[in-house]
Amino acid sequence: MTALAVEALSKEFGGVHAVADLSFAVTPGTIHSIIGPNGAGKTTLFNLITGLYRPTAGRIVLDGENVAGLAPYKLAAKGLSRTFQNLQIFFNMTALENVLVGMHLRLDRRLAPAVLRLAGARRREAQARDEAAELLRFVGLGDYVTADSASMPYGALKRLEIARALALRPRLLLLDEPAAGLNINETAEIDELIRKIGETGVTVVLVEHDMRLVMGISDHILVLDNGRKLGEGNAEQVRADPKVIAAYLGAAALGRNDAAKGG
Amino acid sequence: MIAWLANPRTGGLLVLAAIIAVLPLALPNNFYFDVAVRAGLNAIVCVGLNLLIGYAGQISLGHAGFLGLGAYASAVLTAHYGWNPYAAMGVGAIAVGVLAFAVGRPILRLRGHYLAMATLGLGIIISIAANTEDDYTGGPDGMTVPPLTVFGTELYGERIWYWIVGALVVVSVWLALNLVASPVGRALRSVHGSEVAAEVSGVDTARYKVLVFVISAVFASVAGSLGAHYGGFITPVDVGFIKSIELVTMVVLGGMASTYGAVVGAAILTALPQVLTWLQDYEHLAFGLILMLVMIFMPRGLIPSLGSAFRHLFIDRPETQST
Ligand SMILES: Nc1ncnc2c1ncn2[C@@H]1O[C@H](COP(=O)(O)OP(=O)(O)OP(=O)(O)O)[C@@H](O)[C@H]1O
Ligand SMILES: [Mg+2]
Repeated sequence: MTALAVEALSKEFGGVHAVADLSFAVTPGTIHSIIGPNGAGKTTLFNLITGLYRPTAGRIVLDGENVAGLAPYKLAAKGLSRTFQNLQIFFNMTALENVLVGMHLRLDRRLAPAVLRLAGARRREAQARDEAAELLRFVGLGDYVTADSASMPYGALKRLEIARALALRPRLLLLDEPAAGLNINETAEIDELIRKIGETGVTVVLVEHDMRLVMGISDHILVLDNGRKLGEGNAEQVRADPKVIAAYLGAAALGRNDAAKGG
Repeated sequence: MIAWLANPRTGGLLVLAAIIAVLPLALPNNFYFDVAVRAGLNAIVCVGLNLLIGYAGQISLGHAGFLGLGAYASAVLTAHYGWNPYAAMGVGAIAVGVLAFAVGRPILRLRGHYLAMATLGLGIIISIAANTEDDYTGGPDGMTVPPLTVFGTELYGERIWYWIVGALVVVSVWLALNLVASPVGRALRSVHGSEVAAEVSGVDTARYKVLVFVISAVFASVAGSLGAHYGGFITPVDVGFIKSIELVTMVVLGGMASTYGAVVGAAILTALPQVLTWLQDYEHLAFGLILMLVMIFMPRGLIPSLGSAFRHLFIDRPETQST
């Protein structure tokens, strides 16, 4: 049983093979990390899986169905959710409203009850707000429930994206560099949050450059380079893989020297 | 009761209703009532247009065309075919909704400002049609429109219309505020905030853009029908390109993504030219200057800028934000 299978997937941008003949499978209920140097194709892979890009070739299998090329909002309905490396916050809304958009598919989207503010719509709206506030507290943003997203600090926005992604009640959550730009304490908190999410049964696919975070948290690691699979396995296997060591960052960077980040 | 007042939706609505209720005390004669009625009709269009521009971030340069279709549907169907005015208004609104859907659906799948171009063209086509189909529309000379009737009584006069339009402004604002605060409204706003994030969150962005475009077009159509009956006479100039630009300016001046802003923008830009008439030759110059100054000093528009200045002065002042 796989939560997600990628089969011979390729994406070309005018001669650049951002993702090239890539295959891998994600086991349900695990934390599956994808690492690789800048430009390896990690974000492109996420964009393919979530339907923002159409693959040049290959299949993306969700529940035994090839979903390659399906519109993002249809994939969302299948339980796929993600965050973005470069923040994609709805800056024209409050933190709570951002999360409420994440709940979109689970809310009553009929026009008439909303526009006429019927009793049922009011009650459902109040329930939705309670749930969204609960999610904000879950990711550690209890202080920002009424905040305008535009006035929130960067670290809080990273969590807001996670709360919005969780609001969909995803089966598969893709996180694109959730710890990028965060200090060591904030990174530790994100680490804890991802574990907490994993414990709720959500399958997590994590792209992250912070090796200490990745090595500690992952059930499985896939190493990408130039759009291709360089190696995969658990943390120990990846750390020991000579191809990975040679081509990628070197042994120290793969977490053997954990003090690097603190210095 | 206090909570009800403090809530921007209900409290603001009450203030708006109160202003509309007491404003007649300050209006010296029918000329001013006429200005107020026209401001109200523009406000209804702008409340709808602001859903499209301010909340969903899509620009239409042809809304006077939808207003015109509503106006001419009412005029032609009642004057030439003896239709009941409400039936004519309804048929006009449905036709406009269908047209907006047909135009919006293919265009709004594309990203970028294609809608602005398409609506610009559509608006121009509609005003050309109003000019040339003179068998029906009277051409450039315009045509007379029979009055609206309520329970068999014909509605004439600025004062009666003041109350009708005033009530409709309050209803429009209420509907728009409800929409904005609902899942549908948030979907619209998410399109403006980040189209990618909206899609990934499950929002069918193309569908919502079409929906809000249709809603805003129907608002314009209904206001056009009402305006035609109120004025009793329409010409192609009333529904031309300049009118479309005026409507967008009202929304921008009042403040994008502010329903009250749309009302204030409409009121100011309708009244200002009347107030400035004593400047005679310099009227247009002063008008342009005021617009420029507002946009330079309050780029977000009147209501949002004044709103945050107010909050800053009276609410947030002790703990200044660290950002
Ligand atoms: N929309 C695009 N158009 C053209 N080229 C692109 C596009 N998106 C990505 N690329 C290219 O594809 C390659 C992979 O980029 P991608 O952003 O997927 O890398 P990444 O692994 O996420 O890197 P980083 O760690 O820096 O985020 C790069 O060479 C990049 O320039
Ligand atoms: Mg990336």
